[in-house]
Amino acid sequence: MNREALLEVENLSMRFGGVVAVDGISFTAYGREITAIIGPNGAGKTTVFNCLTGFYRPTGGSLVLTYDGKTFRLERLRGHRIARDAGVARTFQNVRLFAGMTVLENLMVAQHAVLTRASYYNFGGLLGLKRHHDAERAAIARAREWLDMIGLTDRADEVAGNLPYGAQRRLEIVRAMCTGPRLLCVDEPAAGLNPHESADLARFLVTIRDRFGIGVLLIEHDMSVVMGISDHVIVLNHGQKIADGSAGEVRNDPTVIAAYLGEEEAA
Amino acid sequence: MGAAQRFKDAGFTALIALALAFPLLGFQTTDTGDGYITRFNWVAIATAAAFVVRLLLSLVPQRFRLHQYATRYTALPQGKIITLVAGALILFSILLPISPLGSRRTIDLATLALIYVILGWGLNIVVGLAGLLDLGYVAFYAVGAYSFALAAEWYGLSFWEMLPFAGLIASAAGFLLGLPVLRLRGDYLAIVTLGFGEIVRIVLNNWSPVTGGPNGIGDIPRPTVFGMPISPGAPEGVTTFNHFFGIAYDPLQRLIWLYYVCLAAALVINWFSLRIRRLPVGRAWEALREDEIACRALGLNPHTIKLTAFATGAMIGGFAGAMFAAKQGFISPESFNFQESATVLSIVVLGGMGSQLGVAIAAVILATLPEFGREFAQYRMLLFGAAMVAIMIWRPRGLFTVRAPSVRLDQP
Amino acid sequence: MGYFVQQLVNGLTLGAIYALIAIGYTMVYGIVGMINFAHGEIFMIGAFISLIFFVVLGALGITWIPLALFLVLVIAMALTAVYGWAVERIAYRRLRGSFRLAPLISAIGMSIFLQNYVLLVQGAHEKTLPPMITGGFELMRSSGFTVDISWLQLIIVGVTLVLMAVFTAVIQLTSLGRAQRASEQDMTMAALLGIDVDRTISLTFVIGAALAAVAGLMVTLQYGVIDFFIGFLAGIKAFTAAVLGGIGSLPGAVLGGLLIGLIEAFWSAYCPSEYKDVAVFAVLILVLMFRPTGLLGRPEVEKV
Repeated sequence: MNREALLEVENLSMRFGGVVAVDGISFTAYGREITAIIGPNGAGKTTVFNCLTGFYRPTGGSLVLTYDGKTFRLERLRGHRIARDAGVARTFQNVRLFAGMTVLENLMVAQHAVLTRASYYNFGGLLGLKRHHDAERAAIARAREWLDMIGLTDRADEVAGNLPYGAQRRLEIVRAMCTGPRLLCVDEPAAGLNPHESADLARFLVTIRDRFGIGVLLIEHDMSVVMGISDHVIVLNHGQKIADGSAGEVRNDPTVIAAYLGEEEAA
Repeated sequence: MGAAQRFKDAGFTALIALALAFPLLGFQTTDTGDGYITRFNWVAIATAAAFVVRLLLSLVPQRFRLHQYATRYTALPQGKIITLVAGALILFSILLPISPLGSRRTIDLATLALIYVILGWGLNIVVGLAGLLDLGYVAFYAVGAYSFALAAEWYGLSFWEMLPFAGLIASAAGFLLGLPVLRLRGDYLAIVTLGFGEIVRIVLNNWSPVTGGPNGIGDIPRPTVFGMPISPGAPEGVTTFNHFFGIAYDPLQRLIWLYYVCLAAALVINWFSLRIRRLPVGRAWEALREDEIACRALGLNPHTIKLTAFATGAMIGGFAGAMFAAKQGFISPESFNFQESATVLSIVVLGGMGSQLGVAIAAVILATLPEFGREFAQYRMLLFGAAMVAIMIWRPRGLFTVRAPSVRLDQP
Repeated sequence: MGYFVQQLVNGLTLGAIYALIAIGYTMVYGIVGMINFAHGEIFMIGAFISLIFFVVLGALGITWIPLALFLVLVIAMALTAVYGWAVERIAYRRLRGSFRLAPLISAIGMSIFLQNYVLLVQGAHEKTLPPMITGGFELMRSSGFTVDISWLQLIIVGVTLVLMAVFTAVIQLTSLGRAQRASEQDMTMAALLGIDVDRTISLTFVIGAALAAVAGLMVTLQYGVIDFFIGFLAGIKAFTAAVLGGIGSLPGAVLGGLLIGLIEAFWSAYCPSEYKDVAVFAVLILVLMFRPTGLLGRPEVEKV
């Protein structure tokens, strides 16, 4: 299999005042693979995510995203540019849906960039131009496809905040996918889900990987999910990387087991 | 809850009311500080009332208090009711001047109400849709009014010539205001916009050579009928409306024409704001209100969204300002103080932030309230303040709010 | 030179008053993360209560200044504190979990309500009070200009510094202070540890209101004229002071207050004084644009 490097993290560090949250982490995430980042609480996983997705500016190191011959230095891109220009989408630990808007509207907002261009920065929309109308139809169709995939089509016009928790999580992932990313970063998607829902979610992530051929970066505590679907596992502890390999390799690594000190069942 | 507990609560409330009422209700000093009167009977009434009300409230069953949980948005078939109500209101507005109700005073009041409706819709974009608490909205109202007045004074421009520019200039002001507040959080944004509103008022009040200072600017032209002024006579070469149609001049005609101009503007702005909600930029405003961080994660630029919200809201405020100037014929900084901003904010809050019809109804009510009696005029602001607090506690999404989604899955 | 020093004196006095109000803003913001828009009105109410009781006590025959002063101080602080408590209880407590704008709008509504309440029950006219504390001394003479410091000015600045010291000590050393700092950091955790968060918050509002009452008393004494609208402007400026000094920091509030007082005094003296308020607003905007954490504040890290 031709493993193409998608994201190369080199010597990433993040310091907050006196606290070093991430200390010189390096790893590579490959395209068409699910890469899991695991580690005990406080290991720095979410910090890495936040650096990747533009919420923190790293104090050191580089984050290079490469695909289709294009290169993006993520540590230099700020905020919204990472999602818009570099094609990195993410979900959040505490689901951040647009709770007062409907399910469909959430997915339409995700396609904002495309729709804005198609409507000549909204003026076309005001004038009722066909190009805008067609783009809206296309966006709704795209949204419908995704909703079909997660079984929320009949709830499309419902307020997102009213959905059950599991559905909200799925919706958030789908919303991120609607931005057309090449790297999807999912932050603890199985948190708060029962084993049945977690298994569904795991399958869904695999489907995304296979059907869209993108890279998925995953933070997760639920070991059944991690070990079940990850092609590549990276273990962090105290802001440093302590293991890097396949799921099987990592599971049996004594350093990893020690780090968890038996908190997690060796899955 | 036992009776003893109820009485204790009521007693405590009464005690607080006593402490609150005693100094300010109980006494009133003379303006020169050499004497005072007492009004202890009022204090007693207030204390007793507090006791009784608290007692009664504690007797209300729990389930009636679920109001605050019952105010989520819903996707609704209520769309039909809204259309009916809106249609009825529009019909009423069109027929008003020619109906038996169409006296000079009524039309004047109705025009003012329309201006407040437009202001409400404008601020609704900023506060209701985008969730940016702008406390200085009156600044754009002022910019629109003064740019028209000054253009008329210096360059002799007419209402129709200046109307688009009033909006444009106000919109530029909105953009300029937006720039420094881009990275500010809700509270800070509110107070900075408040400061801006005050700055504009102070400048208008003191920059006399340009703005006329406290004396304001007068002789503001009224809108013409396609170039023909409504007046008894006109300078050389200008045909008046009356002359053209052979109708005798009556001051009421100008009033009615202005009313219809404002009504037409309101309908256009209504169409515009309903439309823009369905466009990407409108959805982006609402998304920003819901969760700015999620917006960023989806590639939306919060700065752009804020700027467009400010600029668009300001533009509408500018239009309202020009219309206000034309209506009054004279403007002064007095009309553009924080109280105005607060009034428009009340309209948006009471009407339901984001709800087009709700804001319109609230605007009409608030604009016509002083007419219902002197007491209302006096207590108007007091009621606004109390109403804002009450609404936030019981129905934070406003009195009339029902939110229709901007797009549905199965659209015809 | 003499003129300059006089402005310095006047500015510090004014600044001390702003500082007292600013402490209230900064403490509330620190613990509940919101601007108490009604705080300016609380200050105004403190001023009115002070004036009223000066008049009443005078009419009742209590003319010995120190006693009158003491009584008015206690009464004003106590009654204004009740207002502060009531505002929090009515307008803010239930909105703590609500959407972002709700407490803000409620605060504005409360501010409007209080302003108009005083307008209605006390009248729209200015109220004056004949000067009660007079006299002072001459600090220096320079190029024909005499620089005077009044006893009142000394008292104002002195009282402010004392109160600041007292409250800083309270925050650092007492259990109330610890409870407050804990609630500031993490309200849920504090509650889980047995801290009565509601009570801590109420106490914060009460203390802020009491200090604002002292400011109101000072204003009544120093300027001798008040009206229902003074809270609006003083509120914005005191808030600017809190931001300038670093929101959440008590010494910052005092520092900010003194600076704003100086800015206002010097601007009035050397520039067109009609625009002195614009100068203060400009400071607010500039600080928030370029150094939002203020001079002594702690930087906030965005939590994602």
